[in-house]
Amino acid sequence: MIPEFDWGVFLSEPWNSYQIETTMKIVGMGFLVSAACGWIGVFLIVRRMALIGDAISHSVLPGIVLAAMLFHTLSGPWIIIGAGLAGFLTTVFIEWIQKHSRIKSDAAIGIVFTSLFALGIVMVSQMKGSVHLDADCVLFGNLAEVATRNGDFILPPNMIQAAIVLGLTILLSLMFYKELLVSSFDPILARSIGIRAGLVHYGKMAWLSVIVVTAFEAVGSVIVIAMLIIPGATALLLSDKLRVALVLSLVHALLSSVIGYHLALWLNSNIPAAMVVAGLLLFGLAWVFSPSQGIIPVWMARRDFSERIALSRSGRK
Amino acid sequence: MVVNWWSSERRIPVSNCYWIVAIVFLLAAPSAFAARIGDLSETTVLEQAARFFTFQDPAVRMALIGCILLGICCGLLGTFIVVRQFALVGDTLAHAVLPGIALGYLWSLEKAPLPLFIGAVAAGIIGAVVVSLIRQTTKTKRDSALGIVLGGFYGVGILLISIIQERYPRDVAGLKSFLFGSAAALNESDVWMIGIITVVSVVILVLFYGQFKVVSFDGVYARSIGISAQFFHYLLMLLLAWAVVAALQAVGVVLVSAMLIIPAATAYLLTDRLHWMLLLSTCFGILVAAVGAFLSFLGPNLPTGPFIVLTASAVFLLVFAFAPRHGLVSRWWRRLKQTRQITRENSLKAIYHLQEAGGFAEEWITIEKLSEQRHRSAEETQQEVTSLVKHGLVLRDGNRLQFSPTGKSRAAEIVRNHRLWELYLTDRANIAPDHVHDDAEKIEHILGEETIRRMEESLNLPAVDPHGSQIPQVKKEVTS
Repeated sequence: MIPEFDWGVFLSEPWNSYQIETTMKIVGMGFLVSAACGWIGVFLIVRRMALIGDAISHSVLPGIVLAAMLFHTLSGPWIIIGAGLAGFLTTVFIEWIQKHSRIKSDAAIGIVFTSLFALGIVMVSQMKGSVHLDADCVLFGNLAEVATRNGDFILPPNMIQAAIVLGLTILLSLMFYKELLVSSFDPILARSIGIRAGLVHYGKMAWLSVIVVTAFEAVGSVIVIAMLIIPGATALLLSDKLRVALVLSLVHALLSSVIGYHLALWLNSNIPAAMVVAGLLLFGLAWVFSPSQGIIPVWMARRDFSERIALSRSGRK
Repeated sequence: MVVNWWSSERRIPVSNCYWIVAIVFLLAAPSAFAARIGDLSETTVLEQAARFFTFQDPAVRMALIGCILLGICCGLLGTFIVVRQFALVGDTLAHAVLPGIALGYLWSLEKAPLPLFIGAVAAGIIGAVVVSLIRQTTKTKRDSALGIVLGGFYGVGILLISIIQERYPRDVAGLKSFLFGSAAALNESDVWMIGIITVVSVVILVLFYGQFKVVSFDGVYARSIGISAQFFHYLLMLLLAWAVVAALQAVGVVLVSAMLIIPAATAYLLTDRLHWMLLLSTCFGILVAAVGAFLSFLGPNLPTGPFIVLTASAVFLLVFAFAPRHGLVSRWWRRLKQTRQITRENSLKAIYHLQEAGGFAEEWITIEKLSEQRHRSAEETQQEVTSLVKHGLVLRDGNRLQFSPTGKSRAAEIVRNHRLWELYLTDRANIAPDHVHDDAEKIEHILGEETIRRMEESLNLPAVDPHGSQIPQVKKEVTS
């Protein structure tokens, strides 16, 4: 079932001169996608909106399919507009249901995103034409194909788009760092210094939709959730500082892409899923060994503390 | 108190008897032809619909029984999910069973129900435990912990499925039906498994209904009467994992949570009582599962799960719009009626003011004067007057108006409410007299007889309001 572990195949072969270009492209695409997801994921996690990320990553599907039906492409501005619109509508619907009925936010999220996702799947199942978009793509993504596709430039078009999106994500969040920080942690202060929290929220949701749609063709619309949450969660286990956590989420994205690619080569499996599993392993390591919150350091600190208490008691006697 | 929640639970099993009859009927119906549902090359939509409704095809019967059962199972469990605000826990669990499904499939390399069931339940429970562990041992919040398990476990599941797919390419089609669901692929042993799951879930829910109810609504009280909240939390998680497995084949991993949330949320819009909610949610569950399955039979290669979910959201939208008490339309209607009543009462008040300005010497008021007093155009005033006449509040003689007896007493009431409230605010709340008018303008339409009586008592039956106007005395028998 599991292929024999061969260090040569597993580690060195992808980096020899014949395969290095493919490796670089696939790992690079994986990194670009999960870095952008992880970066915005940090902001989602600190606002406790991880599951809104889940909802949006599902509910952009009808927007993507509609744009793909009309414009016969899975990259470029139309698909981003379609997905941004779907993401915006999701947020509006969720708030609308909450406002006009007694249904609480979690159930409202559940109703809206499953309905939109179901609509998207029905549209996918009826789709015929030049664009390669089917249920498999939604569930698994096809990272390898997307990353090695030929375009007008040296790099494949999706990769250029992902790079631009990552760059803009970092640039925008640094430009509006103060707004994001204050509206994340202190909405009242935000209002008093003239930051419109609602505007920041909708802007963030729209940009999240853009990131999700960029990742869509490479990793599908379910695996994106893992890429949104796991890097940020790992980073926030290791540091309490937002800036440090943001950098750590990039490190996590890089490591999980590289390790995941090797894992996929060894197991002969789906690449994005392997990257998620690698990310999950890194999260597990941080969970066990994180200096401030890890299971072992916390356990050791508690043991030292109780020993000290025992010592001071015996000393007093 | 302890007796109460036992007595209310007895209503559920009786109302759930009907589905057993339906299932027995479906099992006993004669079978005419035994083609697979998937064989659609020669049929049209109409033939396919006829085939569905005659129930003669065993595959159709299996699919329908499966859908009814999962509707029951998900509807019941979903109620607790919605009232406990666990909607996204359900979603997480639904994704987290995927690695278990893949391993269970690997065990026998076919869709054997038992290994799949064991694998899925084990993975679901591990997922629930990992969420709790992450929350207990780190500063990670609930939503992120759910997100990690949801995404991470799903990733592991897809990894395993892609390995199996690589290894046994032709067998894996069965496994894929778990992702978006295919009611057509349900066979007899699947239906047996779903049936057993449903019966056991219903029995457990009925036996421990009281405990679940107390734990859901008042955890502290539950602990005080010796019910372990943690035990019932994990029992609920176990039942949830079962429901997910039951719904999996028809609805698929990604959309199972919709089957848990949407029927229950729909029921939540219609009732305030838990047992009614359970019943309604079960009915909606059965309805949407059956209709969704039917729709997906009509064409080739239509995935069942999305159709069930879309049916559920259509039903939700209908109820959201037309529910008798909480629906959009009825709320809008109530608000419209209230606005109209307030307009009428404001007109009455204006007529009263006009009469008062003339020292009540002249009872007849011209419509022009009224429109001047109300700052309205002539047409608007005409409409208001028509409405007043229709409700029997004023008498009209050409261009002149006069109160009818009911109109007069209502007008006096409104003016009294207004002035009394102004006095109350200046006297008791120390608000300046020139600040109380707007507030009184709103409250005057709502104040009830009881409140007025208490205000009058507390102000010692005042005669004059803060602006020096007379407070009218309304002679009215207090109906008690």
